[in-house]
Amino acid sequence: MKNPLESVAGTIISGLILTVVLVFFLKNFLVAGV
Amino acid sequence: MELLPALARWIHFLAGITWIGLLYYFNFVQMAALKDAGADGTAAGITKHVAPRALLWFRWAAVVTWLAGAALLGGNLGDAFMLRNGYEAIGIGAWLGTIMLFNVWALIWPNQQKILGMVPADDAAKAKARRVAMLASRTNVMLSIPMLFFMANGLSHRAVLGF
Repeated sequence: MKNPLESVAGTIISGLILTVVLVFFLKNFLVAGV
Repeated sequence: MELLPALARWIHFLAGITWIGLLYYFNFVQMAALKDAGADGTAAGITKHVAPRALLWFRWAAVVTWLAGAALLGGNLGDAFMLRNGYEAIGIGAWLGTIMLFNVWALIWPNQQKILGMVPADDAAKAKARRVAMLASRTNVMLSIPMLFFMANGLSHRAVLGF
């Protein structure tokens, strides 16, 4: 599989996916129940 | 004393725009331009006159951004980096920004010095430096997307996302 960071589009999509993952992490593991 | 946080926020934004603006310039404009310029023999115009100036502003804007951000967090710096006490979201942004600052000074700048001939390097070392600098720079573009999401978090984020 090609490294997504080889292209600008792949880099931006990776950043968007990482954002969603970190929001999930924040909501479920850091501020759960707040 | 409200003056210090207000000044720190202003400087953080000014330096941050300079840093991330140049990061996007490198990745969205200069990398593609250098490929084309290399083909018609005009790359020196970029590597000799543009890139060194852009890198100077880039790496020092990164330092000023981080320092102003730390000043803005003030006594809450520890809570942000420990991701606790209401500083969870901005803390994620602070961690991402810190990793990006590390990438600038430990990976991008030392390798760019080899690529641009500021420090001696043979062709093999330059080829390796080009690859490492490119991937570190692209990594910073990727990290900048969630970094700005969490740095800019506020009431609208809380209303939509519930944190």
